[in-house]
Amino acid sequence: MLSATVRVTRDLDLAEECVQEAYAQALTQWQTDGLPAKPGAWLTTVARRRGLDVVRREATGRRLLPLLQVELEGESDYETFPDDRLRLMFICCHPALTPDAQIALTLRLVCGLRTPEVARAFLVGEATMAARITRAKKKIAQARIPFKLPERDQLPQRLAAVLDVVHLVFTAGHTAAEGSDLVRRDLVERSLDLSRLLREMLPGDADVAGLLALILLTDARRETRVAGGKLVLLENQDRSRWDREAIAEGVTLVREALRRRPPARYALQAAIAAVHAEATRFEDTDWREVAALYGILATVWPSPVVTLNRAVALGMAHGADKGLVELDALAGDPQLAGYAYLPAARAEFLRRLGRFDDARVAYGEAAQLTGNDVERAHLERRLAELG
Amino acid sequence: MSQYLVLIYESEAAYATGGEQVGKEVMVAHQEFGTKHAAAIKGGEALQGSATATSIRGGADGPVVTDGPFAETKELLGGYYLIEAADLDEALAIAKDVPARFGGVEVRPIMTFE
Repeated sequence: MLSATVRVTRDLDLAEECVQEAYAQALTQWQTDGLPAKPGAWLTTVARRRGLDVVRREATGRRLLPLLQVELEGESDYETFPDDRLRLMFICCHPALTPDAQIALTLRLVCGLRTPEVARAFLVGEATMAARITRAKKKIAQARIPFKLPERDQLPQRLAAVLDVVHLVFTAGHTAAEGSDLVRRDLVERSLDLSRLLREMLPGDADVAGLLALILLTDARRETRVAGGKLVLLENQDRSRWDREAIAEGVTLVREALRRRPPARYALQAAIAAVHAEATRFEDTDWREVAALYGILATVWPSPVVTLNRAVALGMAHGADKGLVELDALAGDPQLAGYAYLPAARAEFLRRLGRFDDARVAYGEAAQLTGNDVERAHLERRLAELG
Repeated sequence: MSQYLVLIYESEAAYATGGEQVGKEVMVAHQEFGTKHAAAIKGGEALQGSATATSIRGGADGPVVTDGPFAETKELLGGYYLIEAADLDEALAIAKDVPARFGGVEVRPIMTFE
């Protein structure tokens, strides 16, 4: 509804106001006239009409009018512009905005979260978030960031930014960076909505298919990741409670996404998630395949975290001592300093090798580094088990 | 249409090291840019080096005149173009063609008063 209204007002603040007014009008009018056949369409039409009135009033004597006339040709049925939400996403994820602002705007304007909710998702104060959103909106208006799809030659790059934002929303929800809950369900749902929307708009795009697959396959394990407030590792999760429907959909999408050469980042990450999802028991996991996929991923998307995961997979495939050698090769990487998963992975391998003293030190280090309470509790339990 | 100022910030040291040859190449690049985007370019000039700059700041006892540019940075304002574009995307597409091999450009929308 907001995106359909922006199309008319070309001003985000005004569009938001019009949408709110439409809701207010609905409250009174629906009580007397009863519910319209299509409440959503009713609201959108009212919001757009309000927007038009304001813009027409303001446009008198301005040169905006010719521009508007072009836009108005499609006014009668806004539903012929199903890609308006996509345009809105491209505005929100414009490279001229900071990544923080991109995520905040997407949650606020495309997902419809209220500013305090967006603030809570990123652990900043409400005033800070409100200022960030206002600043970004001001830039959109004053620098004239356009409400349109990028040119064809710009599309892959711009779409990559949109996908990164959706992925960040998902990761922010999947493992909340701080706080007492491991998962923020609302953010996960939003990211799923957004990637489904992208899939609908760009059905042939392998990157989009890859991201949707990654989210589906990772989130399919949601019911089993935490039990009684405690973190449950992949190894101990009750696989019978994984969401089979999500896995089936994800696997189909992975196959489609991998057909493109070279396979892209999200497609590879999804393929790794698919290997886990398809193993009936933890012992059946094809760790060689996982390690190989991380190896390819490291070439298309180099990151110390990918190398770390590859090291863990190699350890699982070829034994804890091999894993430890791989991990120790990463010990000096400054980008991994302060990253809790490195000592956590070392601790696991050390424990398996019976080197309990070294394992204790590593668990302690990892517990100190993680910001998530559920994760910390897990590491401290492991530490206690070692006596 | 909107107007944008494209500010060219580059390392002066790199030009000094590059010598005459680099100067010629850059001149040609700017001429090519000018031809390609003739319709959008509303103005533009190159500036003398920052050593020729004089800054004036307001002081307690009136304006204070000092030698040098307003801010000491590695990359300094060396020239500008004033361009016209439908929106930021169009302006960025043009600004990407502005020669700035020893630095980069900053794109700023021109404020309009109604």
